Amino acid sequence: MKQRAGLGTALAVVAFLTFFLGPFFWQVLTSLWPDGELTRPWPSHLTLENYVSVLWGRPFLRVVLNSLVVAALTTVFCLVIGSAAAFALAKLEFRGKGLLLSAALAVSMFPPIATVSPLYLILRAVGLRDSLVGLALPYATFAMPLTLWVLTSFFRQLPDELYRAARVDGCTPFQAFRRVLLPLAAPGLATTAILVFIFAWNEFLFALTFLTTPEKRTVPVAISLFASEYREPWGEIAAASVVATLPLVVLTVLFQRSIVSGLTAGAVKE
Amino acid sequence: MSAGGGDDAMTSQVPGPVGPGRARGSLERERRQAYWLVAPAVLVLAAVALYPILAAVWLSLHRFILVFGERRFVGLGNYAYLLGDARFWSALGNTAYFTGVAVGVELLLAVPLALLLQRAFPGRGLLRAAVLVPWAIPTVVSARLWAWMFNPDYGLINRLLLGSDINWLGAPGYALHAAILVDVWKTTPFVALLVLAGLQGIPEDLYKAARVDGASPWRTFRSITLPLLKPALLLAVLFRSLDAFRVFDAIYVLTEGGPANTTETLSIYAYKTLMRSGDFGYGSTLSVATFLCVVVLAAVWLRLLGRQEEAR
Repeated sequence: MKQRAGLGTALAVVAFLTFFLGPFFWQVLTSLWPDGELTRPWPSHLTLENYVSVLWGRPFLRVVLNSLVVAALTTVFCLVIGSAAAFALAKLEFRGKGLLLSAALAVSMFPPIATVSPLYLILRAVGLRDSLVGLALPYATFAMPLTLWVLTSFFRQLPDELYRAARVDGCTPFQAFRRVLLPLAAPGLATTAILVFIFAWNEFLFALTFLTTPEKRTVPVAISLFASEYREPWGEIAAASVVATLPLVVLTVLFQRSIVSGLTAGAVKE
Repeated sequence: MSAGGGDDAMTSQVPGPVGPGRARGSLERERRQAYWLVAPAVLVLAAVALYPILAAVWLSLHRFILVFGERRFVGLGNYAYLLGDARFWSALGNTAYFTGVAVGVELLLAVPLALLLQRAFPGRGLLRAAVLVPWAIPTVVSARLWAWMFNPDYGLINRLLLGSDINWLGAPGYALHAAILVDVWKTTPFVALLVLAGLQGIPEDLYKAARVDGASPWRTFRSITLPLLKPALLLAVLFRSLDAFRVFDAIYVLTEGGPANTTETLSIYAYKTLMRSGDFGYGSTLSVATFLCVVVLAAVWLRLLGRQEEAR
């Protein structure tokens, strides 16, 4: 009986690992497959030529840089504004707290297609349509609610006594936030930053709609439009995918504990 | 936050020794500062969500072709057209089918996966990290990855199904299911994490009691795990179905809505109308219709969740 349970577990683990990792490994293998041999059942040797042509033959490094800029801008913007609000939501008394948190949750459920046409017109009107800075603003639609929920739950975990002690020592609420609670919330800030960064790095619809200059494309847009004149360059697409994904995979595996706690923080504890 | 000036103003209000008269003023001041602290976030949310959604409703009442600069008020004309638009109803049907099947399959896979992740066995850390890989991969990249797997001539799937030459993304019956598979691969990990968090909230004592009573594992699962997991499952269904209903990235990359519009979802149809035809009036009508569907879906799930809370 006991052994059967062990075997069942092992089979289930192998099945899930194959399903979740198999396609990714196939992509890595494809990226190393010599271009002319994709029609064969197995490559005769492995090569880095796809990586060379992606990184040097195309403006792909530029694209990666664009994505870095947009994701970093979004992260900093939302963390600066969101941390102050999250602190107030967790530690201060004021009316409309519940309303604000529910509103944030509702906004995170907005289908991006619902707001894309007015956002397009607004960004065009202020001259920020085809710009990376202009792209970071609408990213707040999903990044700000995420920041508020994850950080509020982090600030709630810090003892109220800390805040009260700081107040008794003569700090204003804002000073108590900046000098006492914010430094203690550093792990929460890091978790939030990773989540917001990943979401911004992966966003597609807004980037596809607002950016028209090829040099300004972000990674998902560039990969979706990746093509050559004659046929789909599968090897190069695979290489570009690996380059665009590997940093995220490493980040995720390294910080899996905090990512999981951040992802489920708002959802389950409420 | 403006650093210098604001700081000085706040330092000057350092409260003295706490007395009965001061406590009230201090609370009042605390409330005022709270409003200042949340104000920027509220403004941002209003600017990127509240205003655009209202503006979309307003745009949907117009005939508005961007390139011609033509713009005039037509009242509910676009909505009347929407009701008779067969392509809209087919997109709504595709979206509902995609959402229902994808979320259903994800739950069926996520519960055993979560039960597995909760157990202690060698390699659990590896599995935990591995399930996050599809979650971290950008949807566009995962769609491209699967498009290559689905390639009729050299893709992995047809290689494994020896001799098969099914055109997964080009045949009407297959393409939508191929898109569902991509969604399942990418989001089952997230559902499993939500379920796992729910599992960890079930008191260990209950399982002990069941073991003492000699209940079989299946009976324990049916009578203890499943009922106590229901709130977590409903929550996962709420999040995932609202997310699946707005599906865009995966389908845009896999098929762009083809073949013959059989994979066209509401977001895809609205996007094509807005950005390809430049029809900001009817495109906004489709966007607002998508939004209303999501609102109805959310209201239904929230009611079910609320009833669940009451029952406890």
